[in-house]
Amino acid sequence: MNKKNLISITDFSKEEYLKIMELSRYFEENPNQSLLKGKVIATLFFEPSTRTRLSFETAISRLGGKIIGFSDSNSSSVSKGETLHDTIKMVSNYADLIIMRHPLEGSARYAAEVSDVPVINAGDGANQHPSQTLLDLYSIMKTQGKLDNINLFLVGDLKYGRTVHSLLMAMSQFENPIFNFVAPPELAMPDEYKLFLRQKGIRYFEHLEFNDIINQADIIYMTRVQKERFIDPVEYEKVKNVYILKNEMLAQTKPNMRILHPLPRINEIHTNVDSNPKAYYFTQALNGVYTRMAIISHLLNLK
Amino acid sequence: MQKQLNVSAIKDGTVIDHIPTKVLFKVIQILKLEDFPNTITFGNNLDSKVLGKKAIIKIANRYFEDEEVNKIALVAPNAKLNTIRNYEVVEKRVVKIPEEIVGIVRCFNPKCITNAENIPTRFQIINEKSIEMKCHYCEKITNENEIRIK
Ligand SMILES: [Zn+2]
Repeated sequence: MNKKNLISITDFSKEEYLKIMELSRYFEENPNQSLLKGKVIATLFFEPSTRTRLSFETAISRLGGKIIGFSDSNSSSVSKGETLHDTIKMVSNYADLIIMRHPLEGSARYAAEVSDVPVINAGDGANQHPSQTLLDLYSIMKTQGKLDNINLFLVGDLKYGRTVHSLLMAMSQFENPIFNFVAPPELAMPDEYKLFLRQKGIRYFEHLEFNDIINQADIIYMTRVQKERFIDPVEYEKVKNVYILKNEMLAQTKPNMRILHPLPRINEIHTNVDSNPKAYYFTQALNGVYTRMAIISHLLNLK
Repeated sequence: MQKQLNVSAIKDGTVIDHIPTKVLFKVIQILKLEDFPNTITFGNNLDSKVLGKKAIIKIANRYFEDEEVNKIALVAPNAKLNTIRNYEVVEKRVVKIPEEIVGIVRCFNPKCITNAENIPTRFQIINEKSIEMKCHYCEKITNENEIRIK
């Protein structure tokens, strides 16, 4: 039997996205499971990411599995100079599935080649973080009742933000999406993604600000504009308040519109938005547990 | 012979012609010629109608499969291979860039796992005209100006 992995969002077909959506819903309705009874799951965090690790470990616990692993490389043999190859070889003998986060790009793809058991990429440097994208899809599905015909606003750092790139790739699998890119020129969506959309005949629009057009959105996906990304600090000062979402801006937005954010938030969503029913980012994070339960079950052929 | 080359002729073997002068040593590296026991002669900055100046390599008593030699298309896309038997050119071939490049080129991304551990690199050629290749691991694109031989 062929071993399945989840390394990049493009590893999954549209059918698999839909299966993950269906399973996520099932686990949300039935969160306490024993599908992983007698199974051991390794969570190898070569760099710390408490948020992602807790989400995965909650998912494993809800499925009734046992967890081995480490939460940063200082507490593991890695700090003694063991290669990634050897760590993965050893752990794949112990565990039924490996979830890993690593600062180097391509590390998860390589680990999947070395490992005899499935590997889930929980972030490889700036490259991929596919479980985030699947929980984003599930959040869109839950709030809109569909993944087709969605008008999606991507706001903030569209150049370096891997979550927006992966979300773009995933949503382009569905019928008739419209993308609105809202970013300063320094952080605009890279050409390769725009070319990809043009080749697929998918509509996109680019904007420097979004106050006047926000009422078209079904989903507003916010990301952080970081000062370090700007060569010229003056440019940052000019734009830093343009990409902040405030409650006053939401008055004319569609009733079905929801605001997503991969979290952690710094200041790009004003706290006065939090109590607005259109703020969805905290529920979005909770959705991650169900989506991760779905991914694990799917890769191990348990459901 | 009117059109005599500045590099002495070989009786049997392979002549690799039309190599851009600045990549001669990269071609030598890619083909791992330093490991060959054969007699090898090469010339650089020779006059060429096509390239202005060119390099040429002659390897005595050695013949190449396409798979082995096509790798040099990465740096010398117009290189020509002449198979020589008894001083005669018996076959002319052009190199063709392979779809996948394994274990020759470094990934330009310093944060790529292939630059941290001893892993053969793997690239998919996504643009043949001006070389662009996508790393199988980090998914970043290395272009022709960034090509460094491993
Ligand atoms: Zn790479």
